[in-house]
Amino acid sequence: MPQKHTLFEKIWSRHAAVDHGASTLLYIDKHLVNEVTSPQAFDGLRGAGRALWAPESVIATADHNIPTANRKAGMHDEIAAQQLHALEKNCAEFSLSYFPLDDVRQGILHVVAPELGDTLPGTTIACGDSHTTTHGAFAALAFGVGTSDIEQVLATQSITLAKPRSMSVEITGKLPPGVYAKDVALGFLREFGTDCATGHVLEFTGEAVAAMSMEARMTLCNMATEAGARAGLITVDQVTIDYLRGRPHAPTGHDWDAAVEYWRTLRSDAGAVHDKALRFDVGALSPQVTWGTTPAMTVGIDDAVPSLDSYRDSDARKAAQRALEYMGIEAGTPMRALALDKIFIGSCTNARIEDLRVAAQVVRGKRVARSVRQALVVPGSGSVKRQAEAEGLDRIFIDAGFEWRDAGCSMCLGMNNDALAPGERCASTSNRNFEGRQGYGGRSHLVSPALAAASAVAGHFALPGEI
Amino acid sequence: MEPFSRLSSHLVPIDRDNVDTDAILPKQYMAMITREGFGEFLFDSWRYRETGAPGRDNSGRTPQADFALNNPAYAGARILLARKNFGCGSSREHAVWALAQYGIRALIAPSFADIFYGNCMKNGILPVRLPAHAVDRMFETIAVTGRLELTVDLPSQQVIEASGAAIAFDIDAMHKSSLLQGLDDIGRILAESSDALQAMRARRLAEEPWLLKK
Repeated sequence: MPQKHTLFEKIWSRHAAVDHGASTLLYIDKHLVNEVTSPQAFDGLRGAGRALWAPESVIATADHNIPTANRKAGMHDEIAAQQLHALEKNCAEFSLSYFPLDDVRQGILHVVAPELGDTLPGTTIACGDSHTTTHGAFAALAFGVGTSDIEQVLATQSITLAKPRSMSVEITGKLPPGVYAKDVALGFLREFGTDCATGHVLEFTGEAVAAMSMEARMTLCNMATEAGARAGLITVDQVTIDYLRGRPHAPTGHDWDAAVEYWRTLRSDAGAVHDKALRFDVGALSPQVTWGTTPAMTVGIDDAVPSLDSYRDSDARKAAQRALEYMGIEAGTPMRALALDKIFIGSCTNARIEDLRVAAQVVRGKRVARSVRQALVVPGSGSVKRQAEAEGLDRIFIDAGFEWRDAGCSMCLGMNNDALAPGERCASTSNRNFEGRQGYGGRSHLVSPALAAASAVAGHFALPGEI
Repeated sequence: MEPFSRLSSHLVPIDRDNVDTDAILPKQYMAMITREGFGEFLFDSWRYRETGAPGRDNSGRTPQADFALNNPAYAGARILLARKNFGCGSSREHAVWALAQYGIRALIAPSFADIFYGNCMKNGILPVRLPAHAVDRMFETIAVTGRLELTVDLPSQQVIEASGAAIAFDIDAMHKSSLLQGLDDIGRILAESSDALQAMRARRLAEEPWLLKK
């Protein structure tokens, strides 16, 4: 009987260049480079007099620390300007493909590469950003790495990795109306914790995943890193192939046919065994909202902030106590009672065209609540922005009182001048609610775009049907 | 990188689960384009009362009295004691540079996040995974006696207490030899594996010729 392989094993074995036993030198097909984690890597190369192994594998653009408003005025501060300039200089010096800030292809790398057709099934991808797991939606094995690894990929086109274990998560049931991939991710983290996938490549399977669009799958895989996973994966199906057809860098003609034939083999064989398997039913899942300072500190919108007594483990109770203090809320408070200062619709999790369409539908003809100080929509890329404008979504947002910005990571991590002030409470479509993540002392609640939009209008957490 | 063999030091305890790399080094310092200058900003938001920023004078800030790094009993510690899932979140290696430049050479915790663990290895920091009960006991000892001295011995893969009691830890052979020798990974890969990587590149382009389409 032929051996059964998981999807992960199929991609891994095709890229394992040297097997050292405890570790493997894994060949990298595509390298995404941003301005924040790369300058020290290029300095390292220069210092050692090393050349690039495969400059054609690199796509570079600035996303983390760039202004999303009034770009013609230049960079928002001198240190950020130095960082952008370093990336531009490094890309010119090493002849890398770079999208400047005024290029329509500029944007968050995890939005840009898929929409250009640079994220292809069966490939390996590295990027100096933990949300590189996003690309797993295309059955690409994609790793977030640190700066030393960036330098290694630039110099050798490989990363050194102990072979991760494999974990499947079967998502069963049909998503109720008004419940999205973001809610699945948050509900999953709530159920299994932020370290449930440590050391593993996580493969999402099941009927709920099969029913998702590519953009929803990207949202799900994006959040795999919040479960501690090294990478996320979803098998190739017709949805994947339809999304890729005609993308600017996707194969064409005979190559397309050959590629599709190969891509269709990118699935776990029936009977292949994962090291760990979980099942998560979403048939009765409600829209989710985080209340605390990890993405696992999540409840349904109809719920209240949990009581400390609900934690048996003393470390978890201590963490919950601290989170309550940081978030400035009391156990037992209904989530809908929390007043919001800011709304952020953006990030590599939820700033694709589908996300903006959902949010625009919710706010069409309505107004952001007066009590909300700022409501931002930051498209994931210049192309997303242009598409949204072609559909008139920008007018809907602007008429409702949102600011319509240029592409970037923006307030997801607040490195640029979009940030929460101390004590400000934000409904955010981003991926992390860590202390200070969106701004020193800022209080982030992670939600889906639909819920962020409705909450902007209500001024507190609310469902689209309630505004 | 500096080789790691055997290290004796007292511990500095960070008594929280799921400490993320945003906490270890807040994002504003990721705007710095050097590899140096991160040590004074380690745990910046927990360490000081006022917010900080790169380029702003750090000397006038008020230390948070109840944070471990500001406790004189732990000053000069080269080993950091932590709880589970230490280093989760962002892939920023800057967090590890901050630990190293502060003076930390070894970490002890029940578990570490994967990217962070790898980043430690690249910078000569040894992350030691010990069973949760052993870590609990160390936190309790520090709470009672105020100070705990340990030796982390990489060749024998043991954490040795003053009493002589030893706890074994696991580390894979590759990481162990890199740390012991203080090796530059890239230099070694280019010396040992260039042919294999060139062959892989050729094979990849033959298998999937569309990979190079622009």
